[in-house]
Amino acid sequence: MSTVQKAVSLTGREREGLLGRLKEAQNKFGYVPKEFMAETAQSFGLPISEIYGLATFYSFLSTRPLGKYVIRICKSIPCYLQSAEMIIDSVAKEIGIRPGQTTADGKFSFELTNCIGACDMAPAMLINHEVYGNLTPGKIGEILKACK
Amino acid sequence: MPEKRILLKNCGVIDPRDINSYLAHGGFQAWEKAQKMSPDGLVAEIKASGLKGRGGAGFPCGLKWELVRKEPGDEKFLIANADEGEVGAFKDRYLLQGDPFTLIEGMAIAGYAVGAQKAYLYLRAEYHHLLDGLSNAIGQVKRKGFLKKLDIEIREGAGAYICGEESALMDSIEGKRGEARYKPPFPPSKGLWGKPTIINNVETLMNIPQIILHGPPWFCGMGTEQSKGTKLFSVSGDVEKPGVYELVLGSSLKELLDLAGAKSVKMVQVGGATGGIIPYSMISTPLAYETVLGSGAVTVFNESREVLDFIHRTMEFLAEESCGKCTPCREGTEVMIEILGRLATGDGRQEDIQALEDLSHTMMVSSLCGLGQAASIPVLDTLRYFRNEYETRIKQSVFLRSFRGLP
Repeated sequence: MSTVQKAVSLTGREREGLLGRLKEAQNKFGYVPKEFMAETAQSFGLPISEIYGLATFYSFLSTRPLGKYVIRICKSIPCYLQSAEMIIDSVAKEIGIRPGQTTADGKFSFELTNCIGACDMAPAMLINHEVYGNLTPGKIGEILKACK
Repeated sequence: MPEKRILLKNCGVIDPRDINSYLAHGGFQAWEKAQKMSPDGLVAEIKASGLKGRGGAGFPCGLKWELVRKEPGDEKFLIANADEGEVGAFKDRYLLQGDPFTLIEGMAIAGYAVGAQKAYLYLRAEYHHLLDGLSNAIGQVKRKGFLKKLDIEIREGAGAYICGEESALMDSIEGKRGEARYKPPFPPSKGLWGKPTIINNVETLMNIPQIILHGPPWFCGMGTEQSKGTKLFSVSGDVEKPGVYELVLGSSLKELLDLAGAKSVKMVQVGGATGGIIPYSMISTPLAYETVLGSGAVTVFNESREVLDFIHRTMEFLAEESCGKCTPCREGTEVMIEILGRLATGDGRQEDIQALEDLSHTMMVSSLCGLGQAASIPVLDTLRYFRNEYETRIKQSVFLRSFRGLP
């Protein structure tokens, strides 16, 4: 079936699995590579722009390679009120990069994120999918050391 | 009106990994009772209870159910909204962690009442750590034979605040960018893939078993004229004991703050990033749909906090999370950042307050969804209660500029 035919036959439900596919790629490669976007676009009969649109819309998808450990520090108001800035600074000092960057060895990516729903343990952060709360600059070194 | 544990009664009591523990505490009795009732009878019970949506918008739950129930067609969907992205909200996380079974029981009853065979539990990506516990709970309920008529699938988000908005959430399930849809049609008539769809918040669904078990008069006996039952509040910020508190609706904000240990309060934001601002002088305001409620996120600010700093950060959040589909929200939030940013850094202009007010009203009437419509609420509220802080910043800015020979 040609891409055009596929697009026409698409009733709308086929793309239900699309977001899941992109998340799989994110887990496997640490990002959604260009080639993967092109292949996915073809198999779903969609323009690449649609896939790119998805990959750049959701904050847990990335179009550039992320490190093995993705640190996401919450910057929303409840964490900010509990001095999240200090945690941001101490992570930056510990791994030597600023938010938005990845270490040269590909071990850590450092991101700031919006509310992660851990305001009762503010300041809080996610490392990959694990939540760390009631953070102090003192705890950061220990937590990051445990990331092998 | 005191604390009352109805929704929280199982949290910390049952073992959330073991259905037998839930059954030993009266689990699935409501489901057994519901099965002996007709779907229309169930809808009538929920309508009579006066239960309103707990996610923020406060739409009457029974009415929503009735709309879906009455729609023709065999294929209908139920969605449990567990995309708790509201700033300062974590009560659903607490419920999902401590008592996943009540949610599943509520979903089973809702599915039966509205005639849905397929349900999605839409879980935000940030709550991936809850996934195993939820899958395990659904599996156990299934094996006990309580989910013969409803297939529940967990669908994870991928990080987007806007997906808590019901139409954006449906787009996300459909594999699209989570962008708000034009309404009407509303989800009860044309929702997921154009089919009748009911979307309820986790907390709303967890009220269902209790209402079915104890009856609408019991539920109506709690609360105010327009606000029945109890509500969970996620309290954070400048308090000694941040956490989830359950209060009868209509309880005063002061009662809640006393429980959480708030001191030297300057103001409180109720309802998350787009929630209303309550200054300390109005601390006895009742928490109810008639006054201020939203999703029940309560962020406390003490006297050391600067209003402009807070409001600037809040607007940065909203601009970042705007889906970008409609111009008033996409551009409006950006312009607000520009104005609030220069006010926060001491470069304000005389006309800034007027500009903020004009823009606020435009966004309120012309934005596509709740995000843009409500984005200016904290701006207008702080302008009402803390106008002097805005004016002082402007005076200082004008003074500073005069030294530099600027207008």
